[in-house]
Amino acid sequence: MTTFMLAWQSIGNRRTTALLSVFAIALSITLFLGVERMRIGAKSSFTNTISGTDLIVGARAGSVQLLLYSVFRIGNATSNISMDSLDAIEARDDVAWVVPISLGDSHRGYRVMGTSNDYFEHYRYRNKQPLEFSVGQRFEDLFDVVIGAEIAQQLGYQIGASVIISHGIGAIGGNKHDDMPFKVSGILRRTGTPVDRTVHVSLAALEAIHLDWENGSPSSSFRLSADQVRDLDLQPSTVTAALVGTRTRFGIFQVQRFVNEFKNEPLTAVLPGVALQELWSIVGVAETALTAVSAMVVLTAILGLVTMILSTLNERRQEIAILRSIGAHTGTIFSLLMLEAVILAAGGILLGTGLLYALLFAINPWIEQSFGLYLAIEAPSLYELKLMGLILVIACVVGTVPALRAYRQSLVDGMSVQR
Amino acid sequence: MYSSELSDTDRDCLLALNDVRFHWPGRDGFALSVDSFSLDFGEKLFLKGPSGSGKSTLLSLICGIVSPDSGSVCIDGTDIAKLGASQADRLRADKLGIIFQQFNLLPYGSMLQNVLLPLQFSSARRERASANGTPEDEAQRLLQRLGLSPDQHARGVTRLSIGQQQRVAVARAIIGSPRLIIADEPTSALDADNRDEFLKLLFEEVTRVNAGLILVSHDQSLASGFDRRMDISDIASTAATEVV
Repeated sequence: MTTFMLAWQSIGNRRTTALLSVFAIALSITLFLGVERMRIGAKSSFTNTISGTDLIVGARAGSVQLLLYSVFRIGNATSNISMDSLDAIEARDDVAWVVPISLGDSHRGYRVMGTSNDYFEHYRYRNKQPLEFSVGQRFEDLFDVVIGAEIAQQLGYQIGASVIISHGIGAIGGNKHDDMPFKVSGILRRTGTPVDRTVHVSLAALEAIHLDWENGSPSSSFRLSADQVRDLDLQPSTVTAALVGTRTRFGIFQVQRFVNEFKNEPLTAVLPGVALQELWSIVGVAETALTAVSAMVVLTAILGLVTMILSTLNERRQEIAILRSIGAHTGTIFSLLMLEAVILAAGGILLGTGLLYALLFAINPWIEQSFGLYLAIEAPSLYELKLMGLILVIACVVGTVPALRAYRQSLVDGMSVQR
Repeated sequence: MYSSELSDTDRDCLLALNDVRFHWPGRDGFALSVDSFSLDFGEKLFLKGPSGSGKSTLLSLICGIVSPDSGSVCIDGTDIAKLGASQADRLRADKLGIIFQQFNLLPYGSMLQNVLLPLQFSSARRERASANGTPEDEAQRLLQRLGLSPDQHARGVTRLSIGQQQRVAVARAIIGSPRLIIADEPTSALDADNRDEFLKLLFEEVTRVNAGLILVSHDQSLASGFDRRMDISDIASTAATEVV
């Protein structure tokens, strides 16, 4: 029998304990890899909130602030930008498209965003995926709204549901545009982005509901009905921000400079990817927390392995005594015990990795649908491979502990062990 | 006195211990010393020793598991005390066959695998076991002589009775004809009938290969048939080490 066969048969002889150890290690590995995937998934879901848009244009502000209100619907713009400026940008040869957005109102705590139907065409998230409708369609009538998946789920809205928009962004109170109710025309599929929590209306409709308002409240002197506004000019003169697409990558920087140096109005153009990275560096504390969790999981796995190897020491003393008595070299005993630790650890790592991928394939669509968290199914990263290697090395080292103990007193063990 | 030259007695004896002093490292309170002790080639010695008499320590010294602080332990002309750990392992594999009180066998090997195990660590014994065919043939002949029928040889050892297990242990100790067999209370787990049968077979095999035998037991009734009978206290003196 070779040393490997000895180790293998010895494990086989204790297969229940051995299998349990392998499962324990496997579970830790699955957990570690799972947390790691979650961390990467959360980061990439965040940094891929918007893609396909080359520039975001708004009133002069910091890039993070602009990103926060235009993409994440957090906070407010310092001021609006005029449609004339947007027209000037759109007129450039290197600009492919401009989608204006207008913010400021809300519906039961969810932000209302005025935009054009082009938004559904050009807004992309994660690897340039377009928005898709789970039911319904874009705006057709003036008072149509398209709602995100989370709103539909939370508020139980279906196609045709009536939506009343409140002025301002408070969840409760505030004046309501209840003279002009909207109707749900479409519900978007879940994206895992702030789109899920946005009420989309047309810019014209936003203009319409504010026509008979003065200074943030309904005018006391003149009122318009929903039918009357349809005949009026509903072209807004200002919007909050705009998404811009350029024809070439090189064009991005030319347009950015053009916007930043725009004469008639102070404007800012930011690259969404850069701004997202900047923002992630602020909110990335969550990532650190997940890293800490996976470190603890790995630590648990290693502790489990150590405990297991040390606990088998007693049952193996007799075995070591026998091998020593027939003249097995210390090296043989060492490699025997180390081999066992390595076999168990390697088995656990392989099983755990397999388990993770099986799990990913099984529940990935569900995770994405329910949480909007996209977990990439890809080969283990270098970092993950390194940690697996580390676990293997530690198994090796710990495996020598029984060998060291067994080294001197093994024959005495054989003589004195009474069972 | 510590000489690198072996004295004549050391050379002519199978086993010779001279001026041996030993204490367990890191353990207060137990030390063992042997002034002079020797065993002739092919001599069968009954050693009476209750537990706590230094039996384990003495046998560990003879087997080269531990090295004395001073003195010499010669086996077949080689001073095991002067060997490195791996050389001592080799010497043990080549020259010694050891039988424990119980649990002599690897539970996951077959009877045959267990018997063949020592040959893996000693090429000299492997050669001798191959003198009349393959080592497997030799192992089967041994097992059969010890009353274990061939249809059992490939089977696992866990279902064997203790008597059968001890006989497999004899086959493993004897295979490849080592010079010295050391048996530590080999019969204490056996009933009277099995014990007599076991001793008979052990004697036959040891005599056949002309090996020396040291059998340690607290049971004086086993002592008949041995060339010499001694008490451990005749050979070794134990003392508590003084804490200075």
